[in-house]
Amino acid sequence: MTSILNPLASPLLQGHAMTVHSPDDSTRAPATSTAAPATADPKIKARGVKVFYGDKQALFDVDLDIPAKSVTAFIGPSGCGKSTFLRCINRMNDTIPSARVEGSILIDGADVNAKSVDPVVLRSRVGMVFQKPNPFPKTIFENVAYGPRIHGLATGKAELEAIVESSLKKAGLWNEVADRLHQPGTGLSGGQQQRLVIARAIAVSPEVILMDEPCSALDPIATAKIEELIDELRSQFCIVIVTHSMAQAARVSQRTAFFHLGKLVESGPTEEMFTNPRDSRTQDYITGRFG
Amino acid sequence: MTDANLGAAAPRQTLSAAEARLKKRHRAERLFKAQGVAAIIIAMIFLVVLVGRIVTQGYSTFQTHTLSVAVYLNPERIDTSDLSGVNYDYIVAEAVMKKLGVQDDDFGTISTKVQDLVSRDFGFQLLNKLKADQTLIGQTVTVTGPLKADADLYFKGQIERSTDEGDRKLDNQQLDWLDKLQKDGAITSGFNTGFFTHSDSTEPEQAGVLGAVVGSAMMLLITALISVPVGVLAAVYLEEFAPKNRWTDIIEVNINNLAAVPSIVYGLLGLALFINWLNVPRGSPLVGGLVLALMALPTVIIATRSALKAVPPSIREAALGVGASKTQTVFHHVLPLAMPGVMTGAILSLAHALGETAPLLMIGMVSFVPGVPEGFTSAATVLPVQVFIWENASERAFHERTAAAIIVLLVFMIVMNAAAVILRRRFERRW
Repeated sequence: MTSILNPLASPLLQGHAMTVHSPDDSTRAPATSTAAPATADPKIKARGVKVFYGDKQALFDVDLDIPAKSVTAFIGPSGCGKSTFLRCINRMNDTIPSARVEGSILIDGADVNAKSVDPVVLRSRVGMVFQKPNPFPKTIFENVAYGPRIHGLATGKAELEAIVESSLKKAGLWNEVADRLHQPGTGLSGGQQQRLVIARAIAVSPEVILMDEPCSALDPIATAKIEELIDELRSQFCIVIVTHSMAQAARVSQRTAFFHLGKLVESGPTEEMFTNPRDSRTQDYITGRFG
Repeated sequence: MTDANLGAAAPRQTLSAAEARLKKRHRAERLFKAQGVAAIIIAMIFLVVLVGRIVTQGYSTFQTHTLSVAVYLNPERIDTSDLSGVNYDYIVAEAVMKKLGVQDDDFGTISTKVQDLVSRDFGFQLLNKLKADQTLIGQTVTVTGPLKADADLYFKGQIERSTDEGDRKLDNQQLDWLDKLQKDGAITSGFNTGFFTHSDSTEPEQAGVLGAVVGSAMMLLITALISVPVGVLAAVYLEEFAPKNRWTDIIEVNINNLAAVPSIVYGLLGLALFINWLNVPRGSPLVGGLVLALMALPTVIIATRSALKAVPPSIREAALGVGASKTQTVFHHVLPLAMPGVMTGAILSLAHALGETAPLLMIGMVSFVPGVPEGFTSAATVLPVQVFIWENASERAFHERTAAAIIVLLVFMIVMNAAAVILRRRFERRW
């Protein structure tokens, strides 16, 4: 049982393992967590966010503050609206014809849903990493260079190469791919692909990086690497991560928000959430009584 | 009844029942496989019969018999002031008669019978020679040209002496002459290059497919230039940009229906729209290409849409996620990935258009065109129509040419399909 309790030592559990978590899981303090600062001046401020898919309401009045330069984890059972809320932040829900978003989401005080906001510009500020690694079927270099190129971030070839190199370095992938930048990105392993995708997101210098279950398709070793990477990136970006693994939430995040049935049940510092949840539903979920 | 419910009392019986069931399942599988093999064999037999019949009927076209004869350009018969008006056919007949050692009679029956053996191509050759150099008059020049189609057929064994003399085109005397010429070594057989360098002609031995091949290529160019860009852009808009509502549903249903409309209806549309209303010259590669483009459009749109649908949505999300606009997403990522499917669909629908005959009959492409089309608005003929025209011709030699033209058409299509495969490989290599 001890091995299960140590999340880093038991990566096998990640991804699909929440139903077998022992209650003791919650007592383990997040390994990398420094207590999150009070969110006096949040990077992202959501107020009364409602999302409808056609007639069906998927999200009910979510109020949430997300601080800069820290990792915030969204947890909750499948279909609870955590991914839906994540996709509101960079307006990816725009691509779903039947989706309708109400309420306000402010990034640095500016509403992302305002008419004047161009989703293209918004998405260059709010990067996204998806569940399944989805590199473009192009070379590794082209994958990372694509974003800077379309946003005109580099004036010359040398500058573009510098951006690619620094992004790959930040994503911890440079040493593995430096000698094969012009080979297909789809030829990398799953974990490398996911780090390539993170490098691609970093390359346009976003302020926020949204991650939608970034490790659910990866093996334990690759997962550990991504988690390390998230911890390193925390010093530069505001990171929001949706995860099914409570162990992962405990390991990587400073703040956690628990969603259930389309409602935000509770949010707060991760340590507090896992040791002393205020809501009984949170308690039940993290102790594995449902989910 | 599951295994758990089976009583321990009758294990042997149930075992044999299970065995029987298993046997039955295996038998069903074997039967299904056998049916599949049988279906393939039947399909292959039909294909072999079809291709075999066309090839056996048409291959003889690619062989031809030519005659070399020394022609004395008799100054008495040549009027230098009117070179084109000279009866060269008679001059050639004289030369052949001399070679055969026969004399023309007063009614010219012998020379007429000789002229039935020799193509008029000799006369055209003499005219061209004289136009270039009049000093040849009075001299003897050697001319090589094709035999008339009937004489050619005799050497190919398609006209036989055993047939009653009255039932064949050449009488015994003409056959004797041909035998004599062959014995003298004046007649040689070889590859029929004329079939590929000549256009249609009323004389089978001078008829070729060049005009039809060029006409087909020009028409196909028009079809491709219109149907591929319009079809691909329409499909991209419908698939990636258009809102999903009742109007786009109606459009989609109609496109699917248009793909099933009989091609002759497109011919009627072309006649009314392009010829009667827009005054595009009838029978030209331009109007043919326009009509076939209309016909190919629905297929191109449907093929492109399914190719776009097959691109995983994760690629779209990835591009949108780094801040690409909708248009950038489509043209930088989605369309390049869909390109192999788009190319295959486009080329297959063009190959289909290439073989189309019915709509072209409606827009006046079924006419005798004895040359290579000079431009997109001049009268032209195309391969399938050429097949149609030759099939209706009365001369027997056109029958083998019909089959040969079909072979050329099939080769044209095989080349196009091979191009489709190669293009797809090339684009796929970019992952």
